[in-house]
Amino acid sequence: MTRTRTTAARRFRSDGPACFETRSLSRDFGEGPTRVRALRGVDLTIPAGEVIVLLGASGSGKSTLLNILGGLDRATDGDFKFRGRDMTQISETELTRFRRDHVGFVFQFYNLMPSLTAQENVELVTEIATHPMPARDALGLVDLTDRADHFPSEMSGGEQQRVAIARAIAKRPEVMLCDEPTGALDSATGVRVLQALKRVNRELGSTVLLITHNAGVAAMADRVITLADGQVREERVNDDPIDPEALTW
Amino acid sequence: MSRGRRDMAAALPARLDRKMVRDLWAIRLQALAIALVVAAGVAVHVVAAGMLDSLQETRDAYYDRYRFADVWAPVVRAPDSAAETLRDIPGIASVQTRVREAALFNMPGLSAPATGVMLSLPEAGLAAVNRIHLTAGRRPATGERDAIVLLDSFARAHTLSIGDTVTATVRGGREQFRVVGTALSPEYVYAIAPGQLVPDPRLFGVAWMGRDALEQAADATGAFTEIAFTLQPGASEPAILDALDRQLAPWGAPGAYGRDDHFSDAFVSSEINQLDTMASLLPPVFLIVAAFLVNVVLTRLIAMERAQIGLLKAFGYSSRAVITHYAKFALVIGFVGLALGLGGGVWLGRLMAAMYIEYYHFPFLLFDLPASIYASSVIVTLTAVGGGAVLAGLRTARLSPAEAMRPSQPPDYSRALGATLARWRRFDQQSRMILRHVLRWPARAAFTLAGITVSGALLVSSMYFLDAMDAMIDAHFNLANRQDVSVTLVEPRSRAALHEIARLPGVLAAEPVRHAPARLRFGGHEERIALTGSPQDATLSRLIDSDGLPVMPPPGGLVLSRDIATPLGLRPGNWVEVEITEGHRPVLYLPVSNVVTTLIGSGAVIDINDLNALMGESDMITGAVLRIDPDRADALYTALKEAPGVAEVGLQNEARRRFQEIMDEVIGASIFIYTVFAGLIAVGVVYNSVRIAFSEREHELAVLRVLGFSRGEVAYVLLGEIALLTLLALPLGAALGAGLSWYFSQAMSSDLFRLPFIIDPSTFGYSALVVVVVALSSGLMVRARLNRLDMVAALKTGD
Ligand SMILES: Nc1ncnc2c1ncn2[C@@H]1O[C@H](COP(=O)(O)OP(=O)(O)OP(=O)(O)O)[C@@H](O)[C@H]1O
Ligand SMILES: [Mg+2]
Repeated sequence: MTRTRTTAARRFRSDGPACFETRSLSRDFGEGPTRVRALRGVDLTIPAGEVIVLLGASGSGKSTLLNILGGLDRATDGDFKFRGRDMTQISETELTRFRRDHVGFVFQFYNLMPSLTAQENVELVTEIATHPMPARDALGLVDLTDRADHFPSEMSGGEQQRVAIARAIAKRPEVMLCDEPTGALDSATGVRVLQALKRVNRELGSTVLLITHNAGVAAMADRVITLADGQVREERVNDDPIDPEALTW
Repeated sequence: MSRGRRDMAAALPARLDRKMVRDLWAIRLQALAIALVVAAGVAVHVVAAGMLDSLQETRDAYYDRYRFADVWAPVVRAPDSAAETLRDIPGIASVQTRVREAALFNMPGLSAPATGVMLSLPEAGLAAVNRIHLTAGRRPATGERDAIVLLDSFARAHTLSIGDTVTATVRGGREQFRVVGTALSPEYVYAIAPGQLVPDPRLFGVAWMGRDALEQAADATGAFTEIAFTLQPGASEPAILDALDRQLAPWGAPGAYGRDDHFSDAFVSSEINQLDTMASLLPPVFLIVAAFLVNVVLTRLIAMERAQIGLLKAFGYSSRAVITHYAKFALVIGFVGLALGLGGGVWLGRLMAAMYIEYYHFPFLLFDLPASIYASSVIVTLTAVGGGAVLAGLRTARLSPAEAMRPSQPPDYSRALGATLARWRRFDQQSRMILRHVLRWPARAAFTLAGITVSGALLVSSMYFLDAMDAMIDAHFNLANRQDVSVTLVEPRSRAALHEIARLPGVLAAEPVRHAPARLRFGGHEERIALTGSPQDATLSRLIDSDGLPVMPPPGGLVLSRDIATPLGLRPGNWVEVEITEGHRPVLYLPVSNVVTTLIGSGAVIDINDLNALMGESDMITGAVLRIDPDRADALYTALKEAPGVAEVGLQNEARRRFQEIMDEVIGASIFIYTVFAGLIAVGVVYNSVRIAFSEREHELAVLRVLGFSRGEVAYVLLGEIALLTLLALPLGAALGAGLSWYFSQAMSSDLFRLPFIIDPSTFGYSALVVVVVALSSGLMVRARLNRLDMVAALKTGD
């Protein structure tokens, strides 16, 4: 599976609408006096094939937005489209299919199945995906071929996180949603994880949405979106993203 | 959490106790499932032990107060003077002579004759032995001719009251009697007509009348036909029986017998023995299961609360305080189970006592729980569940505060038993997760397996009783005793009497029977039996071998049932000494040609011609067995009621119907109760296992949902394990159930009947069905939670 960046990116970019389009997306938690307004009208257009970094203070609504886009949570108000298709009205079953076929998740906590080996954790997803890549290839993309038969309890945090990325990319997702994927890792390990994500973006053409508290990471993004108080405060296009290898923190 | 509950917890002074109440509330369904298992164990204990105690106490008090005899000695006819010398036999406490005579009651509304006996009461004063308990009316006055006291159950079955009249045939004479009282007797606690297997109060009557009147009716003026004795404590019954037989031989005594051979008492004792078996076998099973459940649930709770425990210890709570904290969970569960079990047990016990009193006629039978049973329930239960809790709590003692507060590592599956085995490529990843989970915690899986197995086994073994009863009925009525009616004559008659009977209306076939009381002696042992002479070509009443084929003794030989042969140590081919205690009392040696197992009652069969010859008589019979035309049964019954020489009429057709009726009623009810109890174990074990697996794996399952697995696929990972264990448990449960059934067939067999070890395939099927349904519904209860799984919340923690 080798695709050059341009062809892959062109594939997603050229053949249709934006990856995500949100319109006054809101999300309230609770009711009455205890109500928390996590998102208050988010309007965003996220083009396909880009690496997007989401920044913002703690509590600004980043995770909430990502969860809604990934079909884990539903908006209270407003709507959003995935590749032109309205996502706010669809059924629970269709949401499950959406996650299965189009979305790869990576979280701060790796969330591997402790009872499955690295390769099996990846196969867990390839077994249900429509056009998966071989699990070995996915592990190859994150440089973990040699750890394929290890259980999570036998791997370091960074290795576990790379297995999680391999698991996310094995289905060739159109979008990768990553909530603080480097939050629990040291800087050197974090860089390897980011490199893996970048590689997926480059070689598969997946759109990568990345939440981070580390403003330095923004340098690798095609686009940087900053949230504050549940709203978009700033959206900036980065004309010259750098390779994650050059990042340190 | 609702406000009310929060307030309830907040009312507790100790903060740790508030935590306990709130934690307990969070696992309330699991706790309830355990409490129900405890309750089932306590209830079985209370019912069985309570019933056992009540029956024993009642029986002993009743027997004592009404001077129930220890020994009976029938004679053909003896003058009163003959009884005088018997008082001097060492060990005899009191003596009562009386007249006993067979009677056929002609009851309106019942076409069949009701068989029964007439017993004399002393002309003045109370009997020294075997007193009656009047339930209404009075005893016959001195010299009152036609006054009788009727057995209470018989009077009630025919709605007779004081002042009504009853017609009965006694020694061929038809007479009318006036009912002056109704009574119970310790001799007829379990009252059953000849040929019947279970009581049918309509068909069996006892009438007590004045001695003089009965002497006349029975042609026994100035004589008695039976003596009853009570013995002094510590007296040797065998020695007394021997002495009696020797002294009464001149009066045609067929042989004295003790309570062991007394029909009613044998039934009461066998019932008490069965309760005893149940009381000792079942409750421990429930309590062990409950103890395990408490242990497993608390172990899981403690694992989840590691950080909290570490914190408590860091604050300075002692290990003991922490263990006590978790022990309180168990105590609350134990007390709830105890309350439910004691309440339910007493309720069931009362129902059961009401049922017993229908079949066992005591003047009173109160289901009463002695303090000792309360105490033993409380102590045993709290020890069991408390023990389970303390064992779980001990883990917290080993937990250091620092270690407890570190987040737990992902469980290590690499060293799990058979991790490589589960790498087998044929399974998909979800199936591997199931397999590895089982192999990672083999003890827990084994416990779940054991729990489901036990519940399946209990189901099989309780339903086994139905199969055994069916087999018993089939063997008894369809193979061995195919007659519809049996007739016993007042005294031996010549074969001509058979032809008279055969000519009665409705008789399709009649075969002769010659009964004679006898004693068998072999290897220093003696058995008192009823010897049956049957024709070689008998087709109605015969002994059946294990292949279901009829067995007749060869000329000159004897066939015995196993329950007679075994105590004597007799095998086929042995020669046994036979003393016939009738007529001129011949003593002879006969070869035992065969030994067969009878399921109900016992048998000792000889060719009728041989028996006649051995007794030095011509072709005499004492009765006949008949096959009849059901459409003409009424005509036959009428004729039998009027026939002068007929003493007893046994109605096998009625017996069968009634037996089936009682089976459906009584056994059906108890099977239902056992099914519920066994189901409780399955629910307790399965629900808790799934619930624990769910809380342990909630995070994993949420991640699977995030990855795009559907609810069904996620449920498979959770419930597949229980499905796997249930499938494994089914054959194990069947095997254990078969073993338990075998044990019951041994433990519950008595002199009266032997439970065959036969399990119908449908029993296994039904048990499996119940187990599967219970497992499925427990699974579905948890599946409902799965549908509400909060993916976002699960992802917030590392777990
Ligand atoms: N399940 C919930 N119930 C109530 N409030 C919630 C819930 N989830 C999030 N919130 C609130 O919504 C707001 C946004 O939360 P969100 O998790 O999106 O923040 P975030 O930007 O991801 O913060 P962080 O950087 O700390 O992860 C916060 O104020 C949070 O308290
Ligand atoms: Mg967040």
